[in-house]
Amino acid sequence: MELMLQAFIFLAAGVIAVPLASRLGLGSVLGYLIAGALIGPFALGFVKNPESIMHIAEFGVVMMLFLIGLELEPSLLWRMRGPILGLGGLQVIVTAAALGSIAYYIVDLSWQSSIAIGLILSLSSTAIALQILAERQHLKSESGQASFAVLLFQDIAVIPIIAVLPLLALSGKSTTSASEHSANLIAHFPAWQQAAITIGVIVGIILGGRLLLRPLLRFIADSQLREIFTAASLMLVVGIALLMSMVGLSPALGAFIAGVVLATSEYRHELEATVEPFKALLLGLFFMSVGANIDFELLIKKPLLITYLVLGLVVVKFIILLLLARLYRISHSERYWFAFCLAQGGEFGFVLLSLAFQNHVITESWSSLLTVTIALSMLTTPVLIMINERLLQPRLRLPKALEIGEDAKLTTPQSTPVIIAGFGRFGQIVGRLLVANNIPVTVLDNNTAHIERVRPFGFKVFYGDASRADLLEMAGAATAQVLVIAIDEKEKIRDIIRIAKKYYPNLKLYVRAYDMLNYQELQALGVDHVEREMFRSSLSLGRHVLEALGMRAYQAQRKATQFAIHDKILVEAMGKIKAERGSKAFVSEARRVQEEVLELLQADRYNRHYYTDHTWEPLSEVDLSKES
Amino acid sequence: MQRVLILLAHPAFERSRVQSYLVDAAQSLEGVFVHDLYQEYPDFMIDVMREQGLLMEHEVIVFQHPFYWYSAPALLKEWMDVVLEHGFGYGSRGGALKGKYLMSAISTGGSAASYQSTGVNHFTIRQLLTPFEQTANLCGMHYLEPFVVHEADRLSEKQLAQQTDRYRTSLLALQRGDAWS
Repeated sequence: MELMLQAFIFLAAGVIAVPLASRLGLGSVLGYLIAGALIGPFALGFVKNPESIMHIAEFGVVMMLFLIGLELEPSLLWRMRGPILGLGGLQVIVTAAALGSIAYYIVDLSWQSSIAIGLILSLSSTAIALQILAERQHLKSESGQASFAVLLFQDIAVIPIIAVLPLLALSGKSTTSASEHSANLIAHFPAWQQAAITIGVIVGIILGGRLLLRPLLRFIADSQLREIFTAASLMLVVGIALLMSMVGLSPALGAFIAGVVLATSEYRHELEATVEPFKALLLGLFFMSVGANIDFELLIKKPLLITYLVLGLVVVKFIILLLLARLYRISHSERYWFAFCLAQGGEFGFVLLSLAFQNHVITESWSSLLTVTIALSMLTTPVLIMINERLLQPRLRLPKALEIGEDAKLTTPQSTPVIIAGFGRFGQIVGRLLVANNIPVTVLDNNTAHIERVRPFGFKVFYGDASRADLLEMAGAATAQVLVIAIDEKEKIRDIIRIAKKYYPNLKLYVRAYDMLNYQELQALGVDHVEREMFRSSLSLGRHVLEALGMRAYQAQRKATQFAIHDKILVEAMGKIKAERGSKAFVSEARRVQEEVLELLQADRYNRHYYTDHTWEPLSEVDLSKES
Repeated sequence: MQRVLILLAHPAFERSRVQSYLVDAAQSLEGVFVHDLYQEYPDFMIDVMREQGLLMEHEVIVFQHPFYWYSAPALLKEWMDVVLEHGFGYGSRGGALKGKYLMSAISTGGSAASYQSTGVNHFTIRQLLTPFEQTANLCGMHYLEPFVVHEADRLSEKQLAQQTDRYRTSLLALQRGDAWS
């Protein structure tokens, strides 16, 4: 009963508060936090011990990192190693030094406490920052990538911080090892053995993920039992979290690694779809428990001190982040996203503070003061982001080189025959071809770098998200003949197609596809023309290889064109197969299609003439005589 | 009624006044199918089986094109090269087109007088079209008197309308089978 009541209270609070907050433009995170504060012990008092709920809810963060890992292929992660180590490392070190100095010189704490506090407060909230970025589809942007790099480094940094805390214990007092407060099973081993086991576990996750998990997932998926796949996905995440806790590593980090390992597997999308709802629920629960944990009594007792602490924390972190962003040449408007997103204390802070107190590194009063500070600083983030979004971003006057001029803002209705959404490498070539033929185009792109690069060449490029119906309308979708969609985000492509089909049925949709699957998917959506982004250039290179091997240029060109025609037939036929991808029925059906197309290819309806003799032999006499 | 297939070959059709009038006239007639080769095969990858299928479905074939260097634009020549292949159009196992009719419908800038032994072009249109005629012969087809529009770029609107009418009339005659009986 008690459990159900608690569950009901949390769900009800979320269901009421979050839509309200979204409607008011506050975003879901703030909605959850406020809902949590309201039902917490210090306001309505519906929830008695929010800390225990927080432990369950922290799983939302683990799942979130797992999902993020799934989106990140290992090669991409490797490319991000620079920002992760550089930007992330600098952020933790500089912030810890600054906050530690304040604690030492101004607040006059011991050097041990100062170091601990600096390190603990240097961490930001992965949950809040990534949720905010994801909600605004900002994860892939410059600021999103930078934020992610920093948060990932912080997750890794938690490990050495946990290790260092006991060493900072104030002298003369007995220390309790960190291990007693976690499930750490290896703490009694010597340091080198711990290190070896830790590395072994990580390698184990990577190898296990590659060698064991994929066949296991395939086995389970083949059983066609949806709920077992769900159970397996959850088991996987929980299991890895457990394993990581045992060796004293961050469960979120372990889940992230597992996610990356599985990013290239064929079950990536299914895993995503399965874990996503759990993540969303638990993360909401997590935010609510943070809200419920805010100690308002302490706030009422020492309002001024806590205000100073929260302000100090947010301001110092903000300034350092802004400076680092500048150092790393993040563009002007993106810098503010980055700095506002990460200027708060992190959820790891709660754990580390209690650990520091138990190790007598800091006093109890500071531990509870800083806990409130972190929680309140989390509350400020959604508000600050709102200010950034509403007031700062629109007004941001950028330095000349990076400025988006007034003329880049789409404020007057356009009426060109063609609209191009997305002006990266692909969209630009389409645009240049059209402009070279005196066809005016209206271009929408939400990447400032793209815009600044092509504006000097006289393109009418407007800053904006083409999946917004009002922007499409302003760009002239009602009168244009063709809309070219050349943006990367698959979700947005679908959104644009949906909007265009609904409101502008006469607008022809010419869409770039990422790969074959995407091509088939877009065709099924009924767009007018799809082009695979890599196909033509790959074909051209292949054609030149044929030439290099001695084929004469004309034949090579013919063979390449012929291949393209058959490939199109094949891809479209495969796309029409109803059976579920990967199933037995699909494979046999696909094989049949392939054989059919191969027959076509061998019949060679395009080139065979070149290989027959031209003897101008007349029709046979027998036939001719029959005629008359 | 005979089914008529017009193989239109014009690389710059959008710029040709005469040819577009002629196509309009052809398309206004039921049972006449205009097959725009440069529109169908911009990369010269002619679908041989499809073309042969089309030929089989029609009794009268018309090559409609501007007279480029006393012949057809390149794509129509390519079409002849690949579609009328050995074993289909000609050869001991050919004969698919036997008994069908072939007519050239061409437009030219030169006057009728210029296409005489005494004119600048030295030969008559019919003489210059000999390769098409012999192609028809080798395939066992009947080659019909060509339809020619002279001084195509100097025609007044009125003359243009007359020529268009004349084309419609001869296409109707082809449909009825009058042209050769």
